[in-house]
Amino acid sequence: MIRHFTLDGKKIPFREGQTIMEAAQDAGIYIPHLCYNPEFVPHGSCRVCTVKANGRIVASCTTPATEEMQVENETEELQGNRRELLQMLFVEGNHVCPGCEKSGACQLQAVAYYTGMLAPEFTYFYPMRTVDSSHPDVAIDYNRCILCELCVRASRDEDGKNIFSIDGRGINTHLTVNSASGKLGDTDFDVHDKAAQVCPVGAILPKHEGYNIPIGQRLYDRKPISVVGDVADHQEE
Amino acid sequence: MSGKVKVATTSLAGCFGCHMSFLDIDERLIALSELVEFDRTPITDIKEVGPCDIGLIEGGVCNAENVEVLKEFRRNCRILVAMGACAINGGIPAMRNSFDLKECLEESYVHGVGVEDPQIPSDTEIPLLLNKVHPIHEVVKIDYFLPGCPPPADTIWTFFEQLLNNQPVEFTYRQIHYD
Repeated sequence: MIRHFTLDGKKIPFREGQTIMEAAQDAGIYIPHLCYNPEFVPHGSCRVCTVKANGRIVASCTTPATEEMQVENETEELQGNRRELLQMLFVEGNHVCPGCEKSGACQLQAVAYYTGMLAPEFTYFYPMRTVDSSHPDVAIDYNRCILCELCVRASRDEDGKNIFSIDGRGINTHLTVNSASGKLGDTDFDVHDKAAQVCPVGAILPKHEGYNIPIGQRLYDRKPISVVGDVADHQEE
Repeated sequence: MSGKVKVATTSLAGCFGCHMSFLDIDERLIALSELVEFDRTPITDIKEVGPCDIGLIEGGVCNAENVEVLKEFRRNCRILVAMGACAINGGIPAMRNSFDLKECLEESYVHGVGVEDPQIPSDTEIPLLLNKVHPIHEVVKIDYFLPGCPPPADTIWTFFEQLLNNQPVEFTYRQIHYD
């Protein structure tokens, strides 16, 4: 028997064990997200996929769908919550879009556009962060990391290399590289690794490609992420 | 509003790119000039801002003069607008926030290529630099934000059109970008 729940008034079928996010994606409905990638175990940390299920605020990527559940997704209240979460992500890092080669193909930007965010509006932290360019093919710009843990999951679960982890607490939480020097160049990381393909922002960037695709013709320059899909879906192109 | 709407603009720690984009509304400038009168702007070359309806601020604040001008605009403008990436988040000038001010000054005036008689400028005529570059909303209240580096001419035009017609300011997908 096919079971259903309701998403913004629409009947959505789901299989036993599917999350709200998975069932929505199967039905072609976009729920904004950053740390979610269908290829990996959900992490539930960015909270951008927050929905209201039976009146409760939950992360749709970790909450299983249940029969006759009433879910709200595209409401002004939820978009407002998401916008504030994104604003906090922007002020916690150093996201200088005009100076970032990922600009236009960045999921943080794209989700912010989708929610109608015009400016971060909070007080900036301007944290002191570094850039690691020790690897011949890939650079890490810690200024742009949003701690989604996708590279951690990809390296551990798919590449079997366990190169990344998240360390520290609060504003000092940061991505670390598991080598004695802490440098990516001192690991067996490869540009073809899955972990090199999943970063939703410009934190893990392949070198030597920079501005191959001009600004204005990039992934999210013309159409919103709800139509185009995630960064990770387009990495092979 | 009776008569023409008074508009003032200025560039703080910006590159005047947002002002160039404003001029890029092209022939619509004629339509706009029917509706607005310019007070202090780089176009009129008026040096002091007077009472205005709308103030457009390009650039963040990087020195004491920027702070003074920004506060003067806030005192005089009924509606204050952050125009462009630098006003909104400090932008490219804020990339110096990853370094100490001393390091930045030494890089330019002491260790810079081709520098003769190296010394850090300290003339009283020169506004003192702030330790960090800040977006303008950290100094005064901002009523509207126009993102972009620069905001597209169409975004600026849409903003004026909707605001002057007392409509809620809303942008299409392609009118919003941060780069």
